[in-house]
Amino acid sequence: MAEVADTPGSLEPQARHIVYCGVCTLPPEYCEFGGTAKKCEEWLEAKQPDLWTRLYSEGELHPSHLIQLYTASASASVSAYPDTPTIINSSRSTPIFITTPLPHPLTPKQSHLTPPPDAVTANLSTLSLSAQERAAKDAAKKEARAAQSEARDAERKAASKIQIKRVERNKRKHVTVLVGLEVFGLENKKIAKDLGKKFATGSSMTRSAAGTEEITVQGDVSEEIREWLLEVHGDKVPKGNIELIEDKKKKKADAAAGLA
Amino acid sequence: MFKKEIPTSNRSKVKSSVQRGLRQRLLEAYPGFEPYIEEIMPKKGSLEAVKLPDRVTLYTIDSIPLFFQPIDGPPIPHLKLVHQFPSALPTIQIDRGAIRFVLSGAALMAPGLTSPGGRLPEKENAFEAGQVVAIKAEGKEEVCMVGTLKVGTEEMKSKGKGVVMDEGHYLGDGLWNMQLD
Repeated sequence: MAEVADTPGSLEPQARHIVYCGVCTLPPEYCEFGGTAKKCEEWLEAKQPDLWTRLYSEGELHPSHLIQLYTASASASVSAYPDTPTIINSSRSTPIFITTPLPHPLTPKQSHLTPPPDAVTANLSTLSLSAQERAAKDAAKKEARAAQSEARDAERKAASKIQIKRVERNKRKHVTVLVGLEVFGLENKKIAKDLGKKFATGSSMTRSAAGTEEITVQGDVSEEIREWLLEVHGDKVPKGNIELIEDKKKKKADAAAGLA
Repeated sequence: MFKKEIPTSNRSKVKSSVQRGLRQRLLEAYPGFEPYIEEIMPKKGSLEAVKLPDRVTLYTIDSIPLFFQPIDGPPIPHLKLVHQFPSALPTIQIDRGAIRFVLSGAALMAPGLTSPGGRLPEKENAFEAGQVVAIKAEGKEEVCMVGTLKVGTEEMKSKGKGVVMDEGHYLGDGLWNMQLD
């Protein structure tokens, strides 16, 4: 997804131009709920300094409680030492986020506590505390989960390889089979189309018997594909993870064995 | 409605006659888009229909999502469109505590709207059940959810509990994260 939504209307005066977070894709003010709050903040600071100052530092802010919210969060992030672990920092700052303690709409336990305004104020302290605690716990959990899945993803990426196989079709004719692109966030169907265009040959996404997707390109273009991948999608595909396999020899041996 | 990730599915061009009808329907449902319609759906632009699960169709122009049409009920604008023209839709507001539930896909419940942080329209402008509304959040500028109300706003105020909207399109759901290009 594009980091900044470039809408057709952005050229015209009426449509509002909205910046979306490049990390979690939400509007930046919702980043705190995205599970990658820390990263989002860094991204915003680097890419959209204006917005960052508006959201994260003690600037002029409109609704009164917002000022409280964001100054609190800003001071928390400023005071956090660089070596403070992310989770601790976030769990410290999130409770401050919930400054307007309200009965929780979705917790059945508390729905009977949705009372006339007076009772709300009376219940403020206890309610806010438990609500805060729960929200903090939730946020921490979410963040941990996000971090975990990211780590798993990175590991998977490092371990897996893109295989470019040359398969013999007919003595002198070959097809090139590409396996394992989807791990690196590339879409098989699209790549197949691009490759077809690039080499002016037939190229299609096929599902193998095992259910895995692969791209079959007609002709022997292994080396070219490898170069093309590195050139066009070099940002996603590490060089060391591309493997060239030539099936020819094996096939020949097989055929020889079959003949004999 | 779109809690799961949506797999990329096939899309097809929409006939221009159908496109005109859709445009008409969109304007009927949301008069608020009237001044901007030429910007949203230029007459010349070619609309594409993308099939989503549950017999929902998403309409896009140049890979930019505009609105989706469930098999029953009115078309609902995509959140990106709502963000561009926030004044086009009637809006209600939830309190801060409810945001995290909404953004994780829970059904919207009445207390999140009736509490001090929430905002519902006055009695004269009350919304009926079935109205499509945008939902803002306390302390935020942008809309975080769109969907069809299950309960009228006056009833919410009097009852103060229960599900208000159970199938909405919210920030970070499958439709939001869908890759269209």
